[in-house]
Amino acid sequence: MSLQAVFRATPHEARSFTVQQLVRLLFLAMTLLLLLPVLGILAVLVVEGAPGLSLDFFLTKPRDNGAAGGIATALVGTIWLTAGALLLALPLGVAAAIYLSEYARDNWLTRTINIAIVNLAGVPSIVHALFGVGAFVHFMGFGKSILAASCTLAVMTLPVMIVATRESLQAVPKAFREACWNMGATRWQTIWRIVLPNSGGGILTGLILVVCRAVGETAPIMFTGAVFLREPFPNDVFDKAMALSFHLYTVSTQVTDVPAHVPFAVALTLILVVLAMNALAIYVRMHLRGRKKW
Amino acid sequence: MQDSSTREPPGENDPSGAPSLAHALDRRDAAWWIDWGARAGVFFGGMSAILFIGAIFVFIATQGLEFAIHRLSIGELLFGLHWEPTVEPPHYGALPLIAGTAAITAVAMLVAVPLAFCAAIYIGEFARGRQREWLKILIELLAAIPSVVWGLIGLHVMKSIIQQVFHVQVGLNVLNAGIILGLMAAPIITTIAEDALKAVPDAHREAAEALGATSWQVVWRVVLPQARPGLSAAVLLGIGRAFGETIAVLMASGHRLMIPESIFDSAATITATIAAELGEAAVGSDHYQVLFVLGLLLFFITFAINLTADWLVRGRRHA
Repeated sequence: MSLQAVFRATPHEARSFTVQQLVRLLFLAMTLLLLLPVLGILAVLVVEGAPGLSLDFFLTKPRDNGAAGGIATALVGTIWLTAGALLLALPLGVAAAIYLSEYARDNWLTRTINIAIVNLAGVPSIVHALFGVGAFVHFMGFGKSILAASCTLAVMTLPVMIVATRESLQAVPKAFREACWNMGATRWQTIWRIVLPNSGGGILTGLILVVCRAVGETAPIMFTGAVFLREPFPNDVFDKAMALSFHLYTVSTQVTDVPAHVPFAVALTLILVVLAMNALAIYVRMHLRGRKKW
Repeated sequence: MQDSSTREPPGENDPSGAPSLAHALDRRDAAWWIDWGARAGVFFGGMSAILFIGAIFVFIATQGLEFAIHRLSIGELLFGLHWEPTVEPPHYGALPLIAGTAAITAVAMLVAVPLAFCAAIYIGEFARGRQREWLKILIELLAAIPSVVWGLIGLHVMKSIIQQVFHVQVGLNVLNAGIILGLMAAPIITTIAEDALKAVPDAHREAAEALGATSWQVVWRVVLPQARPGLSAAVLLGIGRAFGETIAVLMASGHRLMIPESIFDSAATITATIAAELGEAAVGSDHYQVLFVLGLLLFFITFAINLTADWLVRGRRHA
């Protein structure tokens, strides 16, 4: 018997191999089918929305309920809301992540915190909106304002901040901390000088993801601080504000006789912000991961 | 460190003028106090998640409680066929909303689960290197598209596609919202399913390969059976994501307050109803309060889904 005959696949093996190839192709096709909408949506937004984009569109205020003019007030409002959410979610989220990664033991309290985080992330956005209305708008007396909307967004994005930061802190090797403790450093000195600098931009990634989420959300802000139309720019946190996401909702559902390209131009702006933020997060992650030596 | 609280703070000499032994051993310098303060601050941050989830429950429950106890019949809420909160006398039958939510979520899962599982298996078991990185980035981008943009797509793009493909009059219907929600829920299902596959030890794969199994046989016979709890959790969390979605479904479902009879009927969901009516309801009115009761219902359902998923992923592994 020749060697080739010995190593030739038996009919059974050949069939397994064919099946394997077919299955692989099928799965690749399904994956691409899932990803097709990303490209499709981008294409539709660019084709329909790009003609509406111009410097004027960003710099002029909306007129005729948003049917004409630009989106300047909505852009500024979104910046206010997002910055507010970030200011509140950042310290709380980082503190929680440090507690969970550096101090918490494996006990019932830690498990409860983790369950709370998972649930906070899973609560529907409209429930966050109800909470914002009940707690911040009425109970705390902020009224419908940037402050109330930012608080609502902060509560909603807190889990994102915690999880991203916690993961990056836990990726720092234990030996780094032990070496530092052996030098007589306190826990906090270890965290501040060793763990945080070596966490590879985890806080930055969390921060970017929070911005991404806060910019895109509509339901939590539409009853807590975002308004349909407001001529002046906001002056302080007790003002109401327009927001990009809510503006997109109103021009595509509430206002009639809007030119067809306006909602798509607003959507394109929104998605460009989100994509830029995501690209930045991916870059930070890859860049800092590449620098790691352990 | 605990018993040091009985000692004197540093920097103060005792009356004899010579530093005592206790004093010499005291380590409470500035760094110690900073450490103590940081620990307290960080602990407060750690508690914030519990604080907020508790606060959400308390605020939503108290806003709707008085109405729920005195004037609302739970039977009517769950099984009543008419949601007419603004006519006189008002009817608070949420069955159309519950049915709409169930129908749309079911369609969403029919769309999302096959796609997401195939993507998870392909990314986790077949794809290598650069291809894998790119696929993961694209999945992240799919997850990052804001819900109001999905709503716009449903309103303008998916609507005309459905009208042309199925030759129906109404393009904003259960099918439209279901496809949109399915695509929105798919990334989270993919990510969690991939984690579940990753949790299967490589040694098991290698053992099967050593017996001559092809990589598909390894996946089908070894990896998938072991990953089943994690995959169930992925589907559950996908359901949670889909039925909690608000703005996209409000824009794509047509928002018709009746029980849908086919996937080409318009429908309304619980979330969309709250979003559509909260702005109009006078604060403290029956209508306002019943919306909070619906919110409480959503809160409990997501809580149950998340706890079950958490138990599937974590609890069983410890046990």
